[in-house]
Amino acid sequence: MVIDARLHQVKKMSSVTPNNPIPRRPDEPVFSGDGAARTGLTGWFVNWVSDWGGLVLSAVMAVGDFSLFVLRTMIWLFTRLPRKETVWPNFYQVGVSSLPVVALTGTFIGMVLAVQSYFQFRQLGLETRLGGVINMTLVRELGPVLAATMLAGRVGSAMAAELGTMRVTEQIDALSAMGANPIRYLVVPRFLACLFLIPTLTVMADFMGVAGGHFYSVDILGIDIHHYWANSKKFVSNFDLFVGLFKSIFFGSAIALISCYQGFNCKAGAEGVGRASTAAFVYSFVAILVLDLFLGIALDSLYFTMYPEGVGLL
Amino acid sequence: MMIEELLSDQESLVEVKDLTVQFGAQEVLRDISLEIPAGQTLVLLGESGCGKTVLMKSIIGLIQPTYGQVLFDSENLSLLGDRQLSHLRLRFGFVFQNAALFDSMTIGQNVAFPLRQHGRFSDEQVREMVLSRLSEVGLPDEVVFKKPAELSGGMRKRVGLARALIMNPEMIMYDEPTTGLDPIMSDVINELIIRTRRRNPVTSIVVTHDMNTARKVADRVVMLMPTARLDEGESQVVFDGSVPELDACRDRRVQQFINGEAGERLMEMRSSQLN
Repeated sequence: MVIDARLHQVKKMSSVTPNNPIPRRPDEPVFSGDGAARTGLTGWFVNWVSDWGGLVLSAVMAVGDFSLFVLRTMIWLFTRLPRKETVWPNFYQVGVSSLPVVALTGTFIGMVLAVQSYFQFRQLGLETRLGGVINMTLVRELGPVLAATMLAGRVGSAMAAELGTMRVTEQIDALSAMGANPIRYLVVPRFLACLFLIPTLTVMADFMGVAGGHFYSVDILGIDIHHYWANSKKFVSNFDLFVGLFKSIFFGSAIALISCYQGFNCKAGAEGVGRASTAAFVYSFVAILVLDLFLGIALDSLYFTMYPEGVGLL
Repeated sequence: MMIEELLSDQESLVEVKDLTVQFGAQEVLRDISLEIPAGQTLVLLGESGCGKTVLMKSIIGLIQPTYGQVLFDSENLSLLGDRQLSHLRLRFGFVFQNAALFDSMTIGQNVAFPLRQHGRFSDEQVREMVLSRLSEVGLPDEVVFKKPAELSGGMRKRVGLARALIMNPEMIMYDEPTTGLDPIMSDVINELIIRTRRRNPVTSIVVTHDMNTARKVADRVVMLMPTARLDEGESQVVFDGSVPELDACRDRRVQQFINGEAGERLMEMRSSQLN
């Protein structure tokens, strides 16, 4: 939506630039929003400022709207949980149906990590450290982020499309009209499904990644199995596993809330639904990466508070 | 005559006071005031985009007013919380334009939805009520296992009607109940609207373009104009009265609408585009 507004603003701006005048009678004043005549360079500047003001305002409004949506979801979450029959299908969709694709991507990313880092480490004669590197990367970073990305792509955009279609065909209005709260009925079950199942999907991605990495390193590259695992044990701690799982909870919540919000605010028509589902994925993915950065920083400082002696890397 | 006098003595069930609804910069409704007494069937007429549906959705609180207020049974809808509003909506039935059936559910589950949502009924009771409602709108028992996508438009509309009626609401709203149906099916729907009213003393609002529906079911007709076609300060309600009064109305815009004449509208639309 914000992007939409921006495009609109750009169009508006370009149409009033002096270099690109629209055909207009000389005596006809240029009217803008509040009806004041604005011509010449000052007029252009005033328009420019007001366009940017409009852009900022619409961004602030979108953020406010989203916050209200989250707040209402939280209120329902803590006051009255939805019925079982609305929850289980969502758990199935998010959990069971996503399992194969998450497992598959996990396996491949484990193997890719082995392929990519092997030659550098071999030049240093450190190829047995590969276990530490691959498993650490997977558990801390790639497992949770990949599981979340797959969830955003597979489930998030489907949620946005489904809720968007329901919005467009007035099914959400019908829910309200029959006294069922759409947030409680549609959003809370999806939120719960993402919240509870993304850690398990992350564990799955981690496990398959570790297995894939082991397979490629030990069976194909011929790294010594004992040292591979001894190094893994030395570097990867329970705290790293915790970091990955803790982050994934935030990723899952963000995916569910962003996707449902996009669906609820879907514009009419096939184009509207398509745009909602694209926006759901794009915003979810951005949110995952931004959260990843800040949670990474926060968890690192937590680690150094808990263990001031720091990490032994070699 | 007696009935009409009795009706007019009753307190109004719905009261709309200076309602204004804006979407962004677009003003859809401007200063609408309307009182609907209990038991009345009100037909809302007007060309597409004049805000009929928006007015109806404001009355059950699906759309928040920008200014003004809507009172249902003397309760201000915008002051109610989510839960109170949900509770109040048990007293409404809403028939949506394209039926708005939940397409992930079967017809039976759709019609039973309000019962499951609120009532504490046994499965046996639910099944009985669903089947009786469906037979009232002329649908056979075997449709309960079908999905909405398998039904024709007319059947879907009748399922929507059955779903709206199942909780015995005090007020029913029909959003273009006959649009997109053949003439015979349109008349079936009209008959169902009349029959529903005869059976229970419900208050109804019917949004329609169909003059046959209006003539057949209306106690009172209200016609709206889009705000864009009005002069400054002119009321959006261009007609409010009974069907005979509608036919006798001298307003040119009203006559054009009920007779379905384009007149100079095409020229008007073109010139407004050029501006």
